[in-house]
Amino acid sequence: MTAAIAVEKLEVVFDRFRALKGVSLEVGEGESYGLVGESGSGKSTLLRAITGLAPVASGTITVNGKKLGGTRDKAFYREVQMVFQDPYGSLHPRQTVDRLLQEPLAIHGFTDGEKRIERALDEVGLGTGFRFRYAHQLSGGQRQRVAIARALILEPSILLLDEPTSALDASVQAEVLNLLEEVRRRRKLTFLMVSHDLAIITHMCERLMVMQNGETVEKLTASQLIGHRVSADYTRNLLRASEGFVRV
Amino acid sequence: MSSDTLLDVDDLRVNFPTRTGLVQAVRGVSFSLGRERLGIVGESGSGKSQTGRAIMGLTPPQAEVSAKKLCFDGMDLLSISPRERRALRGNRIAMILQDPKYSLDPVMSIGRQIVETLRTHEKVSKAEARERALAMLEAVQIRDPKRVFDLYPHEVSGGMGQRAMIAMMLIAGPELMIADEPTSALDVTVQLDVLGILDKLVSERGMGLIFISHDLRLVSSFCDRVVVMYAGKVVEQLKASELRDAQHPYTRGLLDCMPRIGFERHPLPVLDRKPEWAA
Repeated sequence: MTAAIAVEKLEVVFDRFRALKGVSLEVGEGESYGLVGESGSGKSTLLRAITGLAPVASGTITVNGKKLGGTRDKAFYREVQMVFQDPYGSLHPRQTVDRLLQEPLAIHGFTDGEKRIERALDEVGLGTGFRFRYAHQLSGGQRQRVAIARALILEPSILLLDEPTSALDASVQAEVLNLLEEVRRRRKLTFLMVSHDLAIITHMCERLMVMQNGETVEKLTASQLIGHRVSADYTRNLLRASEGFVRV
Repeated sequence: MSSDTLLDVDDLRVNFPTRTGLVQAVRGVSFSLGRERLGIVGESGSGKSQTGRAIMGLTPPQAEVSAKKLCFDGMDLLSISPRERRALRGNRIAMILQDPKYSLDPVMSIGRQIVETLRTHEKVSKAEARERALAMLEAVQIRDPKRVFDLYPHEVSGGMGQRAMIAMMLIAGPELMIADEPTSALDVTVQLDVLGILDKLVSERGMGLIFISHDLRLVSSFCDRVVVMYAGKVVEQLKASELRDAQHPYTRGLLDCMPRIGFERHPLPVLDRKPEWAA
């Protein structure tokens, strides 16, 4: 198995705070990998470090066999795209969907923008009727579909997903998760997905890593988690919490 | 259901006049509540929060609230004076909000906020108020109440802030507590701690609780009864233990569409919204 993403002893330090304390991780090509943990565990920081949005203090990140330096070039962003948690905050409020989708195409010098925008909107189930709307004219689920379309329009091979459904209603969440699974199957994408919800991670991912305080608690396969074959107490706590409230 | 009815809601409506016409947020909601835990579940825009706010009397001034009956302990909430209503709020009816980051006063220490609530409703000396606030912080399982008393909201974690809010709401000894998404902003593990504390205090004090949430499964594990809302209306009312036998396709759809550990379904079933549900 060749690794699409390989992270080796990664340290991220904000001022004096160590957000990531030597985390290693390997995601195979075409694999879907989950990161679970509570807030402050460093799971989002790991994604942001890969995209170059967090200061890496030491350690290495390799994407598709290429070791990343301090800056990311354009070719990197054609391969790796990210979908953020809050669809209300991640779309420009004064740009139409069309304008939003043109931005990455212009940056990367595509000339067949027209076709690509239509295809991307179709692919996320919105249709061209949404093309000239503004973000505030869309529901949360539709906005997240636009964010996914924007990530897909450059035809990346790796998608980083930072809690892509936690701001959505349960029924809309199901729709977006189905959409993500479908595009992954169709395009053979690699997913690295962050969520605080174990059920979502076991639904979407084959393997996962549990994190706490910037460190790896354990690495599991989805079936190990489903079978409750976990070794760390922290993971067991998370599992119990995901089953709902129990009166004592 | 217990025999003594604490709250009686019949045909509650909340309308917002806007430039583009009337928005009907709540359209004829009816239920009654004894000293029990009632869950109100629905998606965003279903009117669940506006129902809670109308009972509390926190609907924005431009909105119109009407009901055939909105009675709290025999008192008609819609006809009493604002002054009487204010005396109820925080004293006999209390409300916990979603996010302690936004709903606590950022420039006032936690202890002072709790004392303020108490002294608004009861004539107690400063020293006694402080004692009771400390006792209340201890009751919500804050380990070092003396230290937390002098902290500001930004200095505590989300779970601790939410406990402080519960303490603040319980200190005047309310009979009815409305909790609007009290744990949605918290981590799953902290969520259960906070719910445990809330559960214990509510049952110890024999309060009525209205638990508003979008999470049907969480609500059903916590409450005695569940009211399911869709587009401003109640589509189904049932005992939490009978949730598995829910009749309405919306309730069933909501239960079904969440991924569950150990139940592989690809793709997930999605809700097929029927216009007649909203009719």
